[in-house]
Amino acid sequence: MRDAIITTALHRRFGDLVAVERLDLAIHPGEIFGLLGANGSGKTTTIRMLTGLIPPTSGTAEVAGIDVVANPEAVRQRLGYMSQRFGLYDDLTVQENLRFYAGLYGLIGREGAARVEEMLTGLDFLPRRRQLAGTLSGGWKQRLSLACATAHRPDVLFLDEPTAGVDPAARRQFWQLINHLAAGGTTIVVTTHYMDEAERCQRIAMLWRGRLVALGAPREITTQFGTATLEDAFIALQERDGVATA
Amino acid sequence: MTEPESGSLWQRVRRWTFWPMLQKEFIQMRRDRLTLGMMVGIPAIQLALFGFAIRTEVRHLPTLVLDEAQSRESRELIATLVNSTYFDIVGTVRGREEVATWIGRGDAAAAVIIPHDFTRDIKRRRGAQAQVIVDAADPLSSAAALQGAAQAGLAFGAGLTPARPPVIELRVRPWYNPMLTSSTYIVPGIIGVLLSLTMVIITGMAVVRERERGTLEQLIVTPIDRTSLMLGKIVPFLLVGYVQITVIILLGRLLFDVPLRGSLPLLYVMAFPFIVASLGVGLYFSTLVRTQAQAMQAGFMFILPNILLSGFMFPRAAMPLPAQWLGLLLPLTYFLEVLRGILLRGVGASALWPELLALCGFAVFILTLSVRRFHKTLD
Repeated sequence: MRDAIITTALHRRFGDLVAVERLDLAIHPGEIFGLLGANGSGKTTTIRMLTGLIPPTSGTAEVAGIDVVANPEAVRQRLGYMSQRFGLYDDLTVQENLRFYAGLYGLIGREGAARVEEMLTGLDFLPRRRQLAGTLSGGWKQRLSLACATAHRPDVLFLDEPTAGVDPAARRQFWQLINHLAAGGTTIVVTTHYMDEAERCQRIAMLWRGRLVALGAPREITTQFGTATLEDAFIALQERDGVATA
Repeated sequence: MTEPESGSLWQRVRRWTFWPMLQKEFIQMRRDRLTLGMMVGIPAIQLALFGFAIRTEVRHLPTLVLDEAQSRESRELIATLVNSTYFDIVGTVRGREEVATWIGRGDAAAAVIIPHDFTRDIKRRRGAQAQVIVDAADPLSSAAALQGAAQAGLAFGAGLTPARPPVIELRVRPWYNPMLTSSTYIVPGIIGVLLSLTMVIITGMAVVRERERGTLEQLIVTPIDRTSLMLGKIVPFLLVGYVQITVIILLGRLLFDVPLRGSLPLLYVMAFPFIVASLGVGLYFSTLVRTQAQAMQAGFMFILPNILLSGFMFPRAAMPLPAQWLGLLLPLTYFLEVLRGILLRGVGASALWPELLALCGFAVFILTLSVRRFHKTLD
């Protein structure tokens, strides 16, 4: 089966700063793939290139079999994206937000209404359907963002620090939803700097100053760094200034 | 999974991302009470402000009298001047120095000086002379006073001499606005100025707000096309524009007796390209600025030359040529012609097609420009 995401020498510069340096990745369908790294390591830039939000300086990226650089519009029907910030409309209700996003993906009329009901029910939003999104708590906001990003059942889902600022209980619930989606065949790419979240990924790419410095299952990475936990590996990486191995 | 490319034309139209966008914009507009209030409140306030405060016709200048003749004729002359309504007598003085003091202090803006020999010259039919001094620091009021004095002088003279047919008679008839009231002239202009102001600022801010709140980022990764995004922002405000026009015409009529001599449907048709052009300018600004405050500033920067150069406050004919050319680059210049033409002169479509053409040109040009500048990327 063809990989869900393939990048070849994907490169992005902002002026003199190299945000992502010649990144090669292959992410399998249905995989939960983590991008791990400190602030400024290039995680968000990578995700933004893969979703077509910013063009790469050079290199290629393929998502769900479609060349993102050459054909950014076609790929949008196949991917879902949840940004770091709550990107939904505070002044629309839960249901209106869902309807809007479903509509943008062509889910309209009876089909759209059915999909919105399905998501409202499945995510326990029924008692809150008429609540303004701006008045939801952090955990529920994340849940609504996830619902809007997956209204069209995308093949690939990008989550940029999805649980930043959300309490641990809500985080655990959120990950249950993610696991459920992955079990259904959705490929999931998630950036994080929470180590417990990183542990939940099947494979991790560790980024350091825009470079890929480690790739593999969490246990393989701890072995590679000779540390007990991922967190120790992460800290060891940050303390080891200048030198990097892949 | 639905593919937008597939299906019949009807299916494609139904699935066009414009529809959910439009619905969303209307819901947001309905919930934003403050903006809604501004949309109706601002026209009302502006109208009252401009309509009542801006008076370019000057009457009732505080006037001083120095009557050295002290005769029946001199008193008649003063009465004629007062009756012209241009002059209000605020004091009587005995010496010329006093006249200078009063005007210098600003207690009087004009003075009537009737010399000793005034009565004698009238009786000898030698062309009696009286003097009207005007404080011309403000050219607008002095022009009015000079005109008033000349008229009064003619009227007074006509009463003295037996009818003698003049060699040339030049009769001036002020058409369309016989009372020469400035509100009649200003109110139609306010429609245009206000429309551009609110349309440019509100759309500029609406797009930038999405960027500031992070919703634009979420929107860009969906299959929404640029046209849907921009049209979705424009259409609700188009309706707002029409509400504003209607409010101003109604209030203008109630408060200032501004006439509507032409066809209202024609005015609404002509307003369409103007509103679209103004919205387009707002959209264009939104691609240049980063914050809502900047969008607001850009809007005001745009409005200033509009007020000065379009002919809203100052007649274009009086401007130097380069300023007139600059004015031709502003949609408002054309729309003012339309407004005054339809409201005051009652002209029909046949007289306004050059303006219609120009406005449509602006609308298409600026919309194309902003859709092109708006890329579905973050940088």
